[in-house]
Amino acid sequence: MDTITVEPNNKLTSKDFASNQEVKWCPGCGDYSILKQVQTIFPDLGIPREKFVFISGIGCSSRFTYYMETFGMHSIHGRAAAIASGVKLSNPDLDVWVVSGDGDALSIGGNHFIHAMRRNFNLNYLVFNNQIYGLTKGQYSPTSEKGKVTKSTPFGSIEEPFNPSELALGAKASFVARSMDRDPKHMQSVLKRAHEFKGTSFVEIYTNCPVFNDEAFFAFTDKETKKEEAIFLEHGKPLIFGHNDEKAIIIEGSRPKIVNIVDSNLSPDSYWIHDEKNKTKANIIARFFDTVVDGVHFPRPFGVIYADERGVFDEQTTASITQAAEKKGRTPLNKILSGEKTWTIS
Amino acid sequence: MDTLESKMSEKTKVLESESIVVRFSGDSGDGMQLTGMQFTDTAALLGNDLSTFPDFPAEIRAPIGTVSGVSGFQVHLGSKEIFTPGDTYDVLVAMNAAALKVDLPRLKKGGVVIANIAGFDKKNLGLAHYADGVNPLDDKTLVNFEVHKIDVTKHTKECLSGSGLSQKEIERSKNMFVLGLLFWMFDKSLDSTIKFIGEKFAKKPDIANANIKTLKAGWDYGDNTEIFTTRFSVKPAKLPKGVYRNITGNSATAIGLVAAAEKSGLPLFLGSYPITPASDILHELSKYKANGVKTFQAEDEIAGVCAAIGASYTGSLAVTTTSGPGMALKTEAIGLATILEIPLVIVDVQRGGPSTGLPTKTEQADLMMAMYGRHGEGPIPVLAAASPTDCFNMAYEACRIAVEHMTPVILLTDGYIANGSEPWRFPTEDKLKAINVKFMTEANGVEGAVLPYKRDEKLVRPWIKPGTKGLEHRIGGLEKQDETGNVSYDAMNHEKMVHLRAAKIEKIADFIPLAKPECGKEKAKLLVLGWGSTYGAIKTAVLEAIAEGHDVEQIHLHYINPFPKNLGEILKGYEKVIIPEMNCGQLLQLIRAKYLVPAIGLSKVQGLPFTTTELKAKFIELLN
Repeated sequence: MDTITVEPNNKLTSKDFASNQEVKWCPGCGDYSILKQVQTIFPDLGIPREKFVFISGIGCSSRFTYYMETFGMHSIHGRAAAIASGVKLSNPDLDVWVVSGDGDALSIGGNHFIHAMRRNFNLNYLVFNNQIYGLTKGQYSPTSEKGKVTKSTPFGSIEEPFNPSELALGAKASFVARSMDRDPKHMQSVLKRAHEFKGTSFVEIYTNCPVFNDEAFFAFTDKETKKEEAIFLEHGKPLIFGHNDEKAIIIEGSRPKIVNIVDSNLSPDSYWIHDEKNKTKANIIARFFDTVVDGVHFPRPFGVIYADERGVFDEQTTASITQAAEKKGRTPLNKILSGEKTWTIS
Repeated sequence: MDTLESKMSEKTKVLESESIVVRFSGDSGDGMQLTGMQFTDTAALLGNDLSTFPDFPAEIRAPIGTVSGVSGFQVHLGSKEIFTPGDTYDVLVAMNAAALKVDLPRLKKGGVVIANIAGFDKKNLGLAHYADGVNPLDDKTLVNFEVHKIDVTKHTKECLSGSGLSQKEIERSKNMFVLGLLFWMFDKSLDSTIKFIGEKFAKKPDIANANIKTLKAGWDYGDNTEIFTTRFSVKPAKLPKGVYRNITGNSATAIGLVAAAEKSGLPLFLGSYPITPASDILHELSKYKANGVKTFQAEDEIAGVCAAIGASYTGSLAVTTTSGPGMALKTEAIGLATILEIPLVIVDVQRGGPSTGLPTKTEQADLMMAMYGRHGEGPIPVLAAASPTDCFNMAYEACRIAVEHMTPVILLTDGYIANGSEPWRFPTEDKLKAINVKFMTEANGVEGAVLPYKRDEKLVRPWIKPGTKGLEHRIGGLEKQDETGNVSYDAMNHEKMVHLRAAKIEKIADFIPLAKPECGKEKAKLLVLGWGSTYGAIKTAVLEAIAEGHDVEQIHLHYINPFPKNLGEILKGYEKVIIPEMNCGQLLQLIRAKYLVPAIGLSKVQGLPFTTTELKAKFIELLN
């Protein structure tokens, strides 16, 4: 990654990242917030503007590309990750951001999603999850909850929803995080972490669709319920939540458990300390989605669930080419044309 | 080779021939493909012109001994120019009863059968569905042929007894015995194959020695037993002077792509998903890593083409390779490349369809899909290779057109020429056409505006690499405003853009060769108009018909969209036009629709190429 520092007096502002195109999301759409947070953090990333490339698929989320004053391609449904694979392999030096939605990434593009996680390109993969199909006007999505009544499920959906972070971890993602449209500061910090991380950084962002799925994330965003229903993860810090930070999550064997710090006389030594590099624990945290223990459901985790760098596909591809070139040397074109065995007719 | 000096028996006659066809036939596990290729390589090195036809089942190892498991390799060698692998053969090597059953019908009357007795035991005869007690080697089935019954398996075992190899390993060497015998029959040197074995089994000297010993034993068998009354001699062909190599169509395609990358100075990127019969292009390109070639085995066909689109967007010479079912999956992405107007080469190695169809058999039935297989109005160039070596030319041309005209290009080859091989008088680097690439480096509009869809005199838009300072812009699959590329739903703009994109493709006709009658006759009673892999069979049939005094000519199309500029005019010179195709008349429809010519179709959809005989018969019928 090129890290040429931009001179302070020439420093770009968030406005420099806004294209001249009119933003056309519905009023109140959560995507506005994501656009704002991305434009806000970009000047601080220290990357020349021409190195940013946005690749999006189809859906409300994927219009994002048109609104960024960077390079970008608004492609076809579900294929943004596949196109980004080629961009990154062809020029690993570019700072690539895939923008997708729950339908685009997890339904029609599900195959590319899992393979992008597995291969671990050095790029950022944002999934705007509104748990609904917006641009096609309100059908259930692969993240819609069971029982969801939509235009295509007037009697309620009978499908189990995906939990995207669990899916990503299962697909060997090296960075998994979650944030939400209504917490700008949190989103900014998660986006910065995603960008810093070397590998495929998967960020699921809960985003409200005021038209077809209003307040789907109310419990996590509302001031009253947020403290009970959401838990904010920080590396090296205990898993604590509740109105008065009175609840802690501990682990007994492989079983998570919610305990009241005061009532249980829990010693700080026994707190579950969040370790982003611990895959086993990350798997358990990711499942705080439909985890119910002793009749108690768990709060939804936000922040970086898992982050552990490993080999990066595009870098390794480039390295293996350099290695082959050093070992074998370029074959001159004339030699390629002639091959090994020739004969002459005179 | 002095150690193998021949003690020619007086009884053995040497049959000198201009051309001979040999068919190696056996079980999928008998190594017939390798045997055939070794025989071919040696014949090529000794100066014969040739053409090959590997013909194998879709199953990797169909049940042993069955008719469905028969794998054949046919090679036509000549002292004259050879254009096809031959309709029928002079020599048939049958390793088992099933092989004889499948391939006997196309052995010439009086032809030679070499049968491995071990493959004709009760079990094998039963598996080949011969009636109980019937053995074609013993009844009158082969009365019209010169038959040599040899227990190849037994001879191989004897030869390798005490070699320390397992029974299985010994069994596997039996194809070398046959190859050695064939080399004796054709008086060809063993050197090339001995070298090949040494290299192939460099790490297993036991196996290498066993194979070489068996190969020599096969030769000695022919030389010593005096049971063969006929040996063949095919003198070197009088081909144009130059340096030659042998090459298959898929290898030629791969090398054509590499050559285009080297000549254009662009890095080559292949996004592909394995599929028969196209996978060998992926394999071949993977060997050129040290030259910077990036091959990406994607998660599916769609990802293969999409990764190529991403690579092209970023400034690579991007390619995706596939066959029919994969083409169907790539269709939407090809539409994206069409509206983005970015270079992309799509190679479709056609096979029998629809659906999984006949994966290892050949067909030309994807032409209409290549022409029209996109939703919306989205014409793109379509090219077709005529022979294994022409795959090189057309792959190179596909790249040239893609990058110079900023468009996806479809190259059609097929299983027949992809796997078939022929000698190739390969070009040197300096003989290849230049490929001119220019990336935009500065804003092309007023006040630093970037106009990604502003066109030049060829109607071609600029290629702009992400990472170029000051040229940030967005492109996408939504209809775009002329010049700016911004999203536009304006009715008149859409119509304008549809016509502009089509006109750009039409204009490519100014940059491709004109159609040319093969024998130089601008007027004739009958014109045979072909495309793709039918070239060799048509050429042979036309030359034979001319030799017999018929007024016939051939034109072969390598560019189907756009057609060569002179095609409509030149078609008027012929009284009748016939279009043979391995489909139900797809080029026929295009020609009739575009030029209002009452062309006649000749269709074959059997998964097999045309034979010269059937073509010539039809041509003569039309001339009478």
